[in-house]
Amino acid sequence: MANEKRKNLTPVQQEYHLFEKERETKRPIVRNCARAFLVGGIICTIGQAISYFYMYFFDFTEQTAGNPTVATMVFLSMILTGLGVYDRIAQFAGAGSAVPVTGFGNAVISAAIEHRTEGFVLGVGSNMFKLAGSVILFGTFAAFVIALIKTIAIQWGGL
Amino acid sequence: MLKGHRTWVFANKPVIVATAAVGGPFEANGRLADDFDFLHEDLWLGEDSYEKAHRVLFEEAAFQAMEKAGLEKEKVQFLIAGDLINQMTPTSFAARTLGAPYLGVFGACSTSMEGLALSAFITNYGGADYILTGASSHNTAVEKQFRYPTEYGGQKPPTAQWTVTGAGVAIVSPKGDGPRVTAATIGRVVDMGMTDPFNMGGAMAPAAVDTIEAHLRDMQIDASHYDLIVTGDLGRIGRQVSLDLLRQHGIDIDEERYQDCGLLIYRDGQPVLSGASGAACSAVVIYGHLLKRMRRGELKRILAVATGALLSPLSFQQNETIPCIAHAVAIEYGGEA
Amino acid sequence: MLTMFFWAFVVGGLICVIGQILMDVFKLTPAHTLTILVVTGAILDGLGLYEPLIDFAGAGATIPITSFGNSLVHGAMQEAEKHGIVGVLTGMFEVTSAGISAAIVFGFIGALLFRPKG
Repeated sequence: MANEKRKNLTPVQQEYHLFEKERETKRPIVRNCARAFLVGGIICTIGQAISYFYMYFFDFTEQTAGNPTVATMVFLSMILTGLGVYDRIAQFAGAGSAVPVTGFGNAVISAAIEHRTEGFVLGVGSNMFKLAGSVILFGTFAAFVIALIKTIAIQWGGL
Repeated sequence: MLKGHRTWVFANKPVIVATAAVGGPFEANGRLADDFDFLHEDLWLGEDSYEKAHRVLFEEAAFQAMEKAGLEKEKVQFLIAGDLINQMTPTSFAARTLGAPYLGVFGACSTSMEGLALSAFITNYGGADYILTGASSHNTAVEKQFRYPTEYGGQKPPTAQWTVTGAGVAIVSPKGDGPRVTAATIGRVVDMGMTDPFNMGGAMAPAAVDTIEAHLRDMQIDASHYDLIVTGDLGRIGRQVSLDLLRQHGIDIDEERYQDCGLLIYRDGQPVLSGASGAACSAVVIYGHLLKRMRRGELKRILAVATGALLSPLSFQQNETIPCIAHAVAIEYGGEA
Repeated sequence: MLTMFFWAFVVGGLICVIGQILMDVFKLTPAHTLTILVVTGAILDGLGLYEPLIDFAGAGATIPITSFGNSLVHGAMQEAEKHGIVGVLTGMFEVTSAGISAAIVFGFIGALLFRPKG
């Protein structure tokens, strides 16, 4: 993709791109990855603790504890987003706070809060999934295709 | 009078009789806090939406400038201003409050100098006694429109910039006392094929260089003519890139006398990454800070080059590159003029 | 139990690092990154690789967004076993409903309670 774009540039533009690149502040990739690892790991550990909580204090099994755990994580995400903390964590953590399900919750909730000024129907309702929608769309469609192929393979491919 | 290709020289040297600058909480913690007329603790300004708060910023700055100039609202004959929000509603709604004949101008973050150049041109030729010009932006209103919801956890790269919450306004008149506008160079759109909306400085630098070069060429002067050449919102990266480009093009420029509004406004510790940006950035720094320094006699001649990136969220999503522009205005105070 | 916490931390952290690399090295937006991870999760489950990872790392595999793709496929496959092809469509959200309904419900509650702080 990047190469295709580059082909459309004039020589002057290409020269400038190189000129600019040299002076651009680089993204601190190693530091960002370390932070993502740390924060992402902590969030998953919290998730693990919550799922143990549901297994020991309620009668959830290891398989079924996932659902209440996810719901609890999204709830925590709502609180942190509403208090204006989640975006601060994210500037530090990058993908560490975006990739866990709390990041999905944050995407939905931040959009919902942001567009409240346009009303609950046209604002909150229509904008809630403006960021998270693509995750649902592509997740669902990919799952559909994969499950379909698998089902067909099992039924007609003769196990 | 046109000089060279695209520079207007104003024989009557219109005067900036009064200026005003209003800022938000982030600006209150910045380096130039003392140069603002009002600073707001609350990002909402007591309104129920960011867009309304944005409008109030401009209204306050406009009324403050009128008061300083000792003008009734009715004396302001034209209003030339703009902002970054869709269809420029904050400025237009403020114009509804002010009631003056109104020209909305859009030059993204270069709007401040676009408005000043036009105001100077009109007053120079007797088109008006008083014109109010300015630009404003509101951090979260702009973030909401151009990027993500403000509470969304998206990590910004070190090349990103922080949109200024504020409004800067000037009243231009053919007569009176104050800094005088002597010339203006209108920029053309320069597109170097940059696509990263989180690196505006890198995209805008060539536009600033193009306009500065054109100005110096048209006026047949060199950079040392000015005590200060100040760009709008190039930020750390854009400033360095433009400085190196100018030198590469054989323009000798003193690093001390080449500053950027986006680097002047905040303190070093503030989390603004590469610097400040937004339509208000150049407006509040030039009208609030630099013109005060001129009045104090610290600067005699400055060239204010406001830079703007003419993209929209839509054009970015459609994989368009970022076209940029810069307008330069020469301002003098005292000296032999 | 302690080893589970350890692996949850490590595996969860590593999935986030993959996300960070997609964002920083390949310069993708967060939306693109998450989309890729979800599709990857779905594919891994299609190949039967995601369940073992969950057994191994627990929340380290269920909390990252990749598990969303995994459970979509899982729900579809469960129903498909009972009802054949039609089940693929009807079962899709069987397992994932918790995450999405929580996000919708809490999103709305959030909009009622809070306003953006900026």
